[in-house]
Amino acid sequence: MDLSSINPILLIAAMIAAATPILLAAIGELVVERAGVLNLGVEGMMITGAVCGFIIAVNTGSPTVGFIAAAVGGAVLSLLFAFLTQVALANQVASGLALTLFGLGLSSLMGQSYVGIKPPRADPTPLGPLADIPVIGPILFGHDMMVYIGLGIVAATWAVLKFTRAGLVLRAVGENHDAAHALGYKVKRIRTLAILFGGACAGLGGAYISLIRVPQWTEGMTAGVGWIALALVVFASWKPWRVLLGAYLFGGITQLQLNLQGAGVAIPVEYLAMSPYVVTIIVLVILSADKSRAPGSLGRTFHASG
Amino acid sequence: MKFTTLLASAALALGLAGGAMAQDPTKVGFVYVGPVGDGGWTYEHDQGRLAVEAEFGDAVETVFVENVAEGPDAERVMTQMALDGADLIFTTSFGFMDPTINVASKFPDVKFEHATGYKRADNVSTYSARFYEGRAVQGHIAGKMTESNIIGYIASFPIPEVIRGINSAYLHAAKVNPDVEFKIIWVYTWFDPAKEADAAKALIDQGADVVLQHTDSTAPQAAAQEAGDVMTFGQASDMAQYAPFPRVSSIIDNWAPYYIERTRAVMDGTWESVDTWDGIPTGMVEIGEITDAVPAEVKAEAEAMIEAMRTGEYHPFTGPINKQDGSAWLAEGDVADDGTLAGMNFYIEGVDGEIPQ
Repeated sequence: MDLSSINPILLIAAMIAAATPILLAAIGELVVERAGVLNLGVEGMMITGAVCGFIIAVNTGSPTVGFIAAAVGGAVLSLLFAFLTQVALANQVASGLALTLFGLGLSSLMGQSYVGIKPPRADPTPLGPLADIPVIGPILFGHDMMVYIGLGIVAATWAVLKFTRAGLVLRAVGENHDAAHALGYKVKRIRTLAILFGGACAGLGGAYISLIRVPQWTEGMTAGVGWIALALVVFASWKPWRVLLGAYLFGGITQLQLNLQGAGVAIPVEYLAMSPYVVTIIVLVILSADKSRAPGSLGRTFHASG
Repeated sequence: MKFTTLLASAALALGLAGGAMAQDPTKVGFVYVGPVGDGGWTYEHDQGRLAVEAEFGDAVETVFVENVAEGPDAERVMTQMALDGADLIFTTSFGFMDPTINVASKFPDVKFEHATGYKRADNVSTYSARFYEGRAVQGHIAGKMTESNIIGYIASFPIPEVIRGINSAYLHAAKVNPDVEFKIIWVYTWFDPAKEADAAKALIDQGADVVLQHTDSTAPQAAAQEAGDVMTFGQASDMAQYAPFPRVSSIIDNWAPYYIERTRAVMDGTWESVDTWDGIPTGMVEIGEITDAVPAEVKAEAEAMIEAMRTGEYHPFTGPINKQDGSAWLAEGDVADDGTLAGMNFYIEGVDGEIPQ
């Protein structure tokens, strides 16, 4: 056992990068659920974003354009879910699961000729001398753009939900869609927009995996991250900053356990492997003792009857 | 993934409907643990399947299901294949062993072939390749090339196959570089690019300048490429898209001749349950090009070792070798027997850490 071989600075930097895909997908799903819609298709939207982003990035040579395409791809796929649940009034759970299956199949079809290709590399954000500051430089300023965009999306989501009229309307629709409808808000339109936002965020999260974290395309490469993001939203009791905390905890401990193994720590590997799930759940359960509850209309189909 | 399974089942059903009219070709099924596009293990098995199609043309019909989880799902997939009229079914992952035996007992007329397992039956053969021969070569190169003397190893599951690989690589790395240290990370998956990339990064962050892997994706190569000065080896497949650096050589599994031979045996009725374990001498294990990133003398030494194994002069596990706890395993000049190798559940002396139980 040789703990000195773990470099804490590199470890924290790796944690932040590892948390980003979960964070992006979870914050999108949070907005969807706050609007009263349960979209279980996160995994499908992520993998579709991953393949769309990859294809476009390879063909244009620009990771940035790739990420935009990933957001669009995720959003377009989520439109299918919006149509099923908001127009055809289908069951949300079944539609979400179908979306995941569809996304996995569609992405493997689209990605067939992209196996084994290397995407263009995304450079670290040019923050100049900031990245050279000892200790905090590599931790805070050495990342690629998407890490900061992810943080920005969390902050913006929090601010919009808490302080703006649009956020209030969105939450009202999620809490009680009948009351919101009676007040004249367009419940379906608002929910559709929320679903699109969720799809775009999931797409970005997927592309982070295929363009930066792994960088390559392989079928099924999101490997369940979408499901973790879904669980995270619940354990974070639908609060943006807790989603951030949960994602960092999960990403962080995932990295930490790999590093501990490399350092030869004498804890059975099975415990290390399950630790990210256990620790994240415990911390978030403790935090959720404040009786936050799910949005009142979550998962219920809205049908304007009057 | 379930969706692709569904599609494949539909294709299977369609194939059956169409095939019934023709003059009944021999039907060969393949059950894969990963996607055919993984660039590694499953990719090579699928190349073998395509070789069977190319060899026999219309006389055979092949079907495959990819991304089959190692568990009850595997049994369902195999049963479906057998019900759909497969004559011969290859199941290509260690975790398919028990499901293969279970399904085979229900379909005595269908022949099964399980890769890397040790349980056989009248209609179940086993086959595997001596990957440890290839790992000896990679270990030699790794030991010569490392400057930090830290070699990272991404291990999948703690089964004899993987432990054997670690031992073989360590033995030959330590032989040419006594200061070498192995850092081993168990990821508990054969194929999860994100996890493999994370493991590779953790090893690199801890100072490894050579990363060996016993997982199936090319994600560690991508991570090494990003790090800039880290060396890797192709695993199961050539992974040549990362050559000449960071991928400096590779272990390639060439299943095609075996699959063709076994399919032919079913077609002419001579199929028998056998246990095949071939390596470099028969070409089931190949060493991919050693690139110019490796100095000429090291390359020559590696090639000499390959040649010695091909002719049978050299066995990677030749004594003296002690077990991790210092107890003697092989005396000077002794060669490990296949039984011990097949069930290997201990590290050799010098390897740090414990095997997860």
